[in-house]
Amino acid sequence: MPKDHGIGAPMKRREDVRFLTGAGNYTDDINLSRQLYVHFLRSDVAHGRINGIDTEEASKMPGVVRIFTGKDFEGVGGLPCGWQVTDRHGEPMQEPAHPVLAQGKVRHVGDPIAAVVAETREQARDAAEAIAVDIEELPAVVDMKAALQDGAPRVHDDLTSNLCYDWGFVEDNKAAVDEAIRNAHHVTTLELVNQRLAPNAMEPRVAVGDYQRANDESTLYTTSQNPHVIRLLMGAFVLGIPEHKLRVVAPDVGGGFGSKIFHYAEEAFVTFAARQLNRPVKWTASRSEAFLSDAQGRDHVTKIELALDADNNFTAIRTETYANMGAYLSTFAPSVPTWLHGTLMAGNYKTPNIYVNVKAVFTNTVPVDAYRGAGRPEATFQLERVIDKAARELGVDPMALRRQNFVTEFPYATPVAVEYDTGDYPALVDKLEEIADFGGFEARRKESEARGKLRGLGVNCYIEACGIAPSNLVGQLGARAGLYDAATVRVNATGSISVMVGAHSHGQGHETAFPQVVADMLGIDESMVDIVHGDTSKIPFGMGTYGSRSLAVCGSAMVRATEKIIAKAKKIAAHLMEASDADIELKDGKFTVAGTDKSVAWGDVTLAAYVPHNYPLTEIEPGLEETSFYDPSNFTYPAGAYACEVEVDPDTGKVTIERFSAADDFGNVINPMIVDGQVHGGIGQGIGQALLESCAYDENGQLVSASYMDYAMPRADDVPFYSVDHSVQTPCTHNPLGVKGCGEAGAIGSPPTIVNAVIDALHSGGHKVDHIDMPLTPSRVWTAMQG
Amino acid sequence: MTQVTMTVNGEAVSAEVEGRTLLVEALRDQLGLTGTHVGCDTSQCGACVVHVNGKDVKACAMFAWEAEGAEITTIEGMANPDGSLSVIQQAFQDHHGLQCGFCTPGMVMTAAALLKETPKPSEAEIRDYLEGNICRCTGYHNIVKAIMAASGQDAEAIAAE
Amino acid sequence: MYSFDFVKPSSVAEAVAALAEDEAQPLGGGQTLIPTLKQRLAMPSKLVSLAGIDEMRGICRDDDGRICIGASTTHAEIAEGAGDYPALARLAANIGDPAVRNRGTVGGSLANNDPSACYPAAALGSGATIITDRREIAADDYFQGMFATALEEGEIITEARFPVPEKADYQKFEQPASRFALVGVFVAKYADGVRVAVTGASEEGVFRWTEAEAALSSDFTAEAVAGLSVPADGMIGDLHGSPEYRAHLVSVMTKRAVAAAG
Repeated sequence: MPKDHGIGAPMKRREDVRFLTGAGNYTDDINLSRQLYVHFLRSDVAHGRINGIDTEEASKMPGVVRIFTGKDFEGVGGLPCGWQVTDRHGEPMQEPAHPVLAQGKVRHVGDPIAAVVAETREQARDAAEAIAVDIEELPAVVDMKAALQDGAPRVHDDLTSNLCYDWGFVEDNKAAVDEAIRNAHHVTTLELVNQRLAPNAMEPRVAVGDYQRANDESTLYTTSQNPHVIRLLMGAFVLGIPEHKLRVVAPDVGGGFGSKIFHYAEEAFVTFAARQLNRPVKWTASRSEAFLSDAQGRDHVTKIELALDADNNFTAIRTETYANMGAYLSTFAPSVPTWLHGTLMAGNYKTPNIYVNVKAVFTNTVPVDAYRGAGRPEATFQLERVIDKAARELGVDPMALRRQNFVTEFPYATPVAVEYDTGDYPALVDKLEEIADFGGFEARRKESEARGKLRGLGVNCYIEACGIAPSNLVGQLGARAGLYDAATVRVNATGSISVMVGAHSHGQGHETAFPQVVADMLGIDESMVDIVHGDTSKIPFGMGTYGSRSLAVCGSAMVRATEKIIAKAKKIAAHLMEASDADIELKDGKFTVAGTDKSVAWGDVTLAAYVPHNYPLTEIEPGLEETSFYDPSNFTYPAGAYACEVEVDPDTGKVTIERFSAADDFGNVINPMIVDGQVHGGIGQGIGQALLESCAYDENGQLVSASYMDYAMPRADDVPFYSVDHSVQTPCTHNPLGVKGCGEAGAIGSPPTIVNAVIDALHSGGHKVDHIDMPLTPSRVWTAMQG
Repeated sequence: MTQVTMTVNGEAVSAEVEGRTLLVEALRDQLGLTGTHVGCDTSQCGACVVHVNGKDVKACAMFAWEAEGAEITTIEGMANPDGSLSVIQQAFQDHHGLQCGFCTPGMVMTAAALLKETPKPSEAEIRDYLEGNICRCTGYHNIVKAIMAASGQDAEAIAAE
Repeated sequence: MYSFDFVKPSSVAEAVAALAEDEAQPLGGGQTLIPTLKQRLAMPSKLVSLAGIDEMRGICRDDDGRICIGASTTHAEIAEGAGDYPALARLAANIGDPAVRNRGTVGGSLANNDPSACYPAAALGSGATIITDRREIAADDYFQGMFATALEEGEIITEARFPVPEKADYQKFEQPASRFALVGVFVAKYADGVRVAVTGASEEGVFRWTEAEAALSSDFTAEAVAGLSVPADGMIGDLHGSPEYRAHLVSVMTKRAVAAAG
């Protein structure tokens, strides 16, 4: 029987009740008295010089309060980049200005030119159409390699080229890697594209700015995964508002997947305009705007070489990647193709020589930044695809080739600068073979063939670095912020508890899972514990939720704070029972003196803390509230083994996913129901990337797939039921819960699994296709089959 | 401006609307029923699904004035009279059929329409019926399971097959 | 969207009178028009709702045995009520999604003539007659290229009449995002010959594949069309498929439709 409460129990989510009854409070549900609406006039060309903006006609239109242009922001800071990458030659990356509203030039379709603030949404939009913008269209750069050619149009006139940085990692390994590849018995080479995706959280972004003149305080309500990061970036770098005069609230947020980490122009605008106009200003993105303004993901063009010796041991990996930054540097963009990608190139394998080169390129497209997995899917995809290709070339079983090269001893220091603390990759493959029923595959293939379909089996192993934190480490790597997290445990007089956390829940179920930890530690019922998140005026300074970090980093802070609570409560209990605090034990919500039947209840102690009549006031303070900041010593390293069976219709090229199995090692698990759900969702997004989704730009920089009419989102009939398992558990060695993080795994592990399966299916039908770039649409698969 | 009168969740209500006011805007902005969401502008995501005269429709693809005299049910009207979760809502919670909750109202309304039409749908029928509802969080696994369970079928066993 | 007025006439005559106004536009189920208005791609002064006109709703059979469908009948109602023409009912049951089917109408779809829509294939493939407020138009004369029809300014479709074939089927290969037809083929076998209509594929909108019609009229089997193909020239090429791919799908879907029609 599964546990029914505490750590490890599949507890039903308490937040569901409000979401299921329409009582959620999303940002667009917030309407403030005297609120105005802003509509952004956005560029419809990818690259152009602004010769003039005439707002006169528009400003006289009904309901218009004020029209802002880039001029209004000349004295205001631009949107900052939170990460500086140093290139192969020790030089800092090229870092262009990123104005809130375009100044002088527009650099992508969707770049905001002007902002109309009016009494209603439609009035603002009506007036925006009446603004006359004189734009001289310039040639756009869209293709990354073309952007680096001499004479290519420059996205930023003040930079020396469109190259943001040329990064080598580890530069000192390069000669040894080149040597190993020269001397290899066999080298498998693969060129591939990891296509650009739109994150597409179902809730479009919203921002509401408010200003209280009485105390000179600004409030921003926004769809954010990390309100303190927004307060920090916007307050310090854009608008110059000190922290104590700026409150950022992220209420219920309808999914993020990375896209709501970043600080966006619209947030700065509504906060700025609310101060200027002394009225609240609201912006709600349409989905069409989301496609042109939310940071997009992936967009890598890669060549990877895998060298093997005569015994099929991996001897070297060399990769060259072009990574699209888009027109500006989004908040964490430079870190994604570098530190979140290059450091994962060892995968699950003990390859001694690895060298990663990444050229980050500016183009006239929407900025690119972290999207579910962020760098790690790109690393896994190329590695697991090239291993599959190598296995085929060498005529060996793809999983056997992987097994043979697995890292098996921990800790393991990779040649790409990280140290895996723990793992058991063979056990994951064993588990996978069991749940995926490899033994039954040939019979299923025959059955498919009898129906005229080609069936393929694809496998994949992945590792990721999660719990994005170690401030010391990320600081050395160029982060301009620390990435710890924080929690305050506030025990009330009656024993109920509010836990204020820096993490933000936008689907992850923190409101349910976090109390399971605290309640378990204290031996009390979960219903006595509530989580408070998403409001900088209520929570300690935490860095939010991304990189599968909430439980590993913020959860650890919560554990530390709870430990402090227990220590203090024991002192109070000791006093109440006239015993030594060293003798006090806490079990099932009761404090007992070891070896006696003397006890006091949890509530007696909490009441004494707040009604300190009989209380050792000279030794301990009244009250029961503790805060911890937690900064881990390493990343966590979840890993997994995935398998997928597909059917390909040879007449149409349509791929159908018939079976999908995932064995993951997330270390210890707090709520297995929620963990299953996270994996399901990640797999769903991975299927989307593998088969359906693509941000396609034409040569003029127009996004062709700019709505759900052309951007294919995975739907219920595109996916099967998944078989997921996380019973292989090697607990993280360096955080108090032994947890690793599960949010991104599915999106990392699934795309190569699916592509491997399709290639296998095609080979089974005699089609010698080495690779097809994602998404594997029917058209692309059919075209590849034509040879 | 025009006055529109309709019955929403059993209550007679009226709202002042323009010709261009969508039903979803009237529900959210004028009636304060913010449980119905807007996730796209091409009528594809289904976050805005409500029932109009017993049929599931997208409230973003219907003008408010087209609902004159109609009986409308939104997510706010789906719980049992005593406030407890309905069978479908409860199944979504029991089977973790939601994460961020944004698509959830549309999913529940669509599921309710399906089960009215087809009391015991197959897995394929459920997936097919959800064609107009996009979820980005769940990979649909637990949504399909929840709807199966709400129809009294053994969702666990079917999903494990 | 832009501001506009609206009227809700209760008869065809009232609707036609209202549409005489400059820039007035009829509103069927709105499933295409409303998203278009949201993008500000249309600027009607007035919308004339056709939903409240009883004479434009419902399904019946006429004296010639044709299925007659009121233009304001929804896809869901046709899926439910056109059982006498099963291929047509199935086609209706697979348009869009359930919520769209509860609003969208056959008249709206035919009037819009989206090059990827399903009904144009059914109407052309059945040799249907489009009835308007002022005349009857044979399907062969009605469809005039992408989004172009024989309708005059202010003319509204009131009904469509479909002769019921001996055998018929519609096979749609969906565009993965919009779920409209990337290629859809409607095949119908009548006593006097076979009609094959293709949607989604051509830059000219829905068209009849006469070569396949000839082959199938003498031998209504999938094998009869196995060697035939349409030229890629003139097929749509986009993100979702090249002209060659669409041309290929026309053959595949035709064979499947013939096989399914039995």
